[in-house]
Amino acid sequence: MTLPFQGIGASVRRKEDLRFISGRGHYTDDINRPGQLHAYIKRSDRPHAKILSIDTAAAKAAPGVVAVFTGADTAALGSIPCGWQIHNKDGSPMAEPRHPMLAEGFVRHVGDQIAVVIAETRQQAKDAAELLAVEMEDLPSVANVTDAIKPGAGVVHEGIAGNLCYDWHIGDKAAMEAAFAQAAHVVTLDLTNNRLIPNAMEPRAALGDFDSSTDDYTLYTTSQNPHVIRLLMGAFVLGLPEHKLRVVAPDVGGGFGSKIYHYAEEAIVTWAAGKLKRPVKWTAERSESFMSDAHGRDHVSTARLALDKDGTFLALHVQTLSNMGAYLSTFATAVPTYLYATLLAGVYTTPAIYAEVKAVFTNTVPVDAYRGAGRPEATYLLERLVDAAAHDTGMDRIAIRRKNFIPRDAFPYQTPVALQYDSGDYFTTLDMAMKHADWAGFPARRAEAAQRGKLRGIGVSTYLEACGIAPSKVVGSLGARAGLYEVANVRVHPTGSVSVFTGTHSHGQGHETTFAQLVTDQLGVPFSQVDVVHGDTAKIPFGMGTYGSRSLAVGGSAMVKAMDKIIAKGKKIAAHLMEASADDIEFKDGKFTVAGTDKVKTLGEIALTAYVPHNYPIEELEPGLDETAFYDPKNFTFPGGCHICEVEIDRDTGVVRVVNFTAVDDVGRVVNPMIVEGQVQGGVAQGIGQALLENAAYDADGQLLSGSFMDYTMPRADDLPNFNVSTENTMCTHNPLGSKGCGEVGAIGSPPAVINAVVDALRDYGVRHLDMPATSAKIWGIIEAGRPKMAAE
Amino acid sequence: MPQVSLTVNGKPASVEVEGRTLLVELLREKLGLTGTHVGCDTSQCGACVVHVDGMAVKSCTMLALSANGATVTTIEGLAAADGTLHPMQEMFREHHALQCGFCTPGMVMAAIDLVNSHPEGLTEEQIRHGLEGNLCRCTGYHNIVKAISAAWPLMHQKGLPVAAE
Repeated sequence: MTLPFQGIGASVRRKEDLRFISGRGHYTDDINRPGQLHAYIKRSDRPHAKILSIDTAAAKAAPGVVAVFTGADTAALGSIPCGWQIHNKDGSPMAEPRHPMLAEGFVRHVGDQIAVVIAETRQQAKDAAELLAVEMEDLPSVANVTDAIKPGAGVVHEGIAGNLCYDWHIGDKAAMEAAFAQAAHVVTLDLTNNRLIPNAMEPRAALGDFDSSTDDYTLYTTSQNPHVIRLLMGAFVLGLPEHKLRVVAPDVGGGFGSKIYHYAEEAIVTWAAGKLKRPVKWTAERSESFMSDAHGRDHVSTARLALDKDGTFLALHVQTLSNMGAYLSTFATAVPTYLYATLLAGVYTTPAIYAEVKAVFTNTVPVDAYRGAGRPEATYLLERLVDAAAHDTGMDRIAIRRKNFIPRDAFPYQTPVALQYDSGDYFTTLDMAMKHADWAGFPARRAEAAQRGKLRGIGVSTYLEACGIAPSKVVGSLGARAGLYEVANVRVHPTGSVSVFTGTHSHGQGHETTFAQLVTDQLGVPFSQVDVVHGDTAKIPFGMGTYGSRSLAVGGSAMVKAMDKIIAKGKKIAAHLMEASADDIEFKDGKFTVAGTDKVKTLGEIALTAYVPHNYPIEELEPGLDETAFYDPKNFTFPGGCHICEVEIDRDTGVVRVVNFTAVDDVGRVVNPMIVEGQVQGGVAQGIGQALLENAAYDADGQLLSGSFMDYTMPRADDLPNFNVSTENTMCTHNPLGSKGCGEVGAIGSPPAVINAVVDALRDYGVRHLDMPATSAKIWGIIEAGRPKMAAE
Repeated sequence: MPQVSLTVNGKPASVEVEGRTLLVELLREKLGLTGTHVGCDTSQCGACVVHVDGMAVKSCTMLALSANGATVTTIEGLAAADGTLHPMQEMFREHHALQCGFCTPGMVMAAIDLVNSHPEGLTEEQIRHGLEGNLCRCTGYHNIVKAISAAWPLMHQKGLPVAAE
């Protein structure tokens, strides 16, 4: 029987789907432990207040209540740590205030956790929380970054002047200023990157368990990186050594960044389980997710582009205020610096770039990486600025891009903002996207739409991103407090089936399928005989988890390296069995052969020999066929491409409808095209959501206005079109697979394409720029304001 | 505490519940049917959709006591006794209509009701409109729409009529 091709390049149907479509998935809230208690967290409804007193007596006396804890009980424990230390322009370190797991005297955002009530049932805990009497005194508060840096603004943390976390810069200021002095044109744009709420469909949950016979702790949690949680929570917050703490992240229902971070609730349930000697479970209600999951984006920027008379970019100056929220989340500080400003060259040869970023505390939920993290903000700024430059100079939008693209033969290309791109071809992805989108036919479609009374626009975005995070030495020198390699353990079992243990984590990406394809390809083991294991610190040696589109480029590379070791050892065993020199052994399609002979041993035979070493070179070689590899990437990877969006606007309602969306992305080697397409489609949906629908709205004081799915507009099926997505790939030059990563490209490339299309549709109304989200109310206002002028013309 | 008796996935169940217990809590916590998920607290996301007497219902919006005497089908009860998957389950897998899988049970249950209730045919626009009550954050819906279109002929055992423009 010939098996269907299931190696690299095949759209193999996913292994994990069978349990998900049958209701047999195993998410954190599905897990229950004997004797389990339930935690409910009392959260602040004030943006900023001093806690005068907390009376827990009535709650403690309520039916079923086992314990009530407040910040007084946990004050001796560590602060929830930030994983990346940024330095100010003057070299001093950023401000890093304590982030307690339960409030210690102050609450600093709506949703800040004040107390935890633990009871026999969830309802009892929730009912009892109503009986907590918390006396608070409101303090001046501030929600947005422009207000927060003004003199006299509310101070989020006592002693942190001006609410400034850091004032950082990158690039050559003098070169930038010199170029601006020579420029024929200077284009300036003020823009906001709207604050988003990730809203993975599975609310966060955590279940702490304590084994009093061994003093071992287990935390089941909705995490994208269980080992990182073990490290952060164990070493920094609870003071538990890693050998006594197991962290399990089972099936996780989406993350998009929001489940990277170590959250207070994880520490609360783990600590409480040890204290009460019973399992303690907490599951967020969606309202809690809105006010406790890390939010994303929230930048306010001014960008200036200097051009010569022909439209060549000479220099870029960017000033950004970035909202950190009330506390520093795990990766928060890296997002507006090394994941943002280093991307400001984009796909262009701009020779001089200088960026200044101020990170600011406000009385809002902490902000951290959300799908793309910094790179969508950089791409949006650049691609809006380039369109504005075309608008202001009268150049064609496509021509100005082509004129400034990094040439095909310029790789490796060193940008003026630290990164060195290894490969890419922005001309080809642009050409293909224009072809797929029928760019040339747009004027006819616009005219046809006008006859129907609709305003039609088309927009383009040519983007690049840096992922495959990250070379440890590089990020270490930039302030990362951890290495960012990945780990794989490949275990060939005695009968030839394979288990792969990976430190990455799948929460929708389909790793169990993609990684099995790598094994099928490299070891020749049938797809059905490969299992991929992830999400459990007790099973997997180590790992840094999944974010920054790193799992294949970094985690997959570790697997390749481990399989190389398997093959190398297998050759020695095969050489012994076939009485040949190991140098003469070849391995292909799961078989070891002696070159130039018909002697052959299968991987299964070699594995059996390795575990049953009756005829084995035991003096030179250990038994077993089980190899672990750590892979530390040599560079970031640089996916890029072109997104084209076509919209129609209804003049009467201002409703924007995306009628066509085309993406041609360069993601390097594709292992499973079906999965890659799905990743891009999902990312584009989130990008369109940001551009047209989504906005985390706070009032000026910090009250969250968009606190439910009734108020925060999630993209629904009828808000979105079918997507025309494809890839046109150049290979990553520095990892063994050539893969670059595909998880974030959709959310990075798409928002400016959408807004560029909206602005294009509104060109007769004199619109040069509008901020996201381009809601119908906003567009309707523009159209209404323009009507008298249009009528008069 | 009051008692609720109902049939779930073909099996009778009789459980004591608090008056405020929701159907989804009964399913997940009392009957251990954790395939039905809770994704929100405002009846917006549809992760909890099950069939009550053949109709798609958001089980977070129905009190368990209201389901007294009802016949309930959850995602666990869709496959045939021999394990053969429902065509909608098959098509979700075939068309990569799920990623993290969390919205999937509700999405599949809602999609089955949508197809069942449109024997005359189902356009892409109708499918997208019909999914208004179900949120998916992973897929962008493209492949979900494809999967539902592909399941229609299998469920109605005839070709999907070409929609008139």
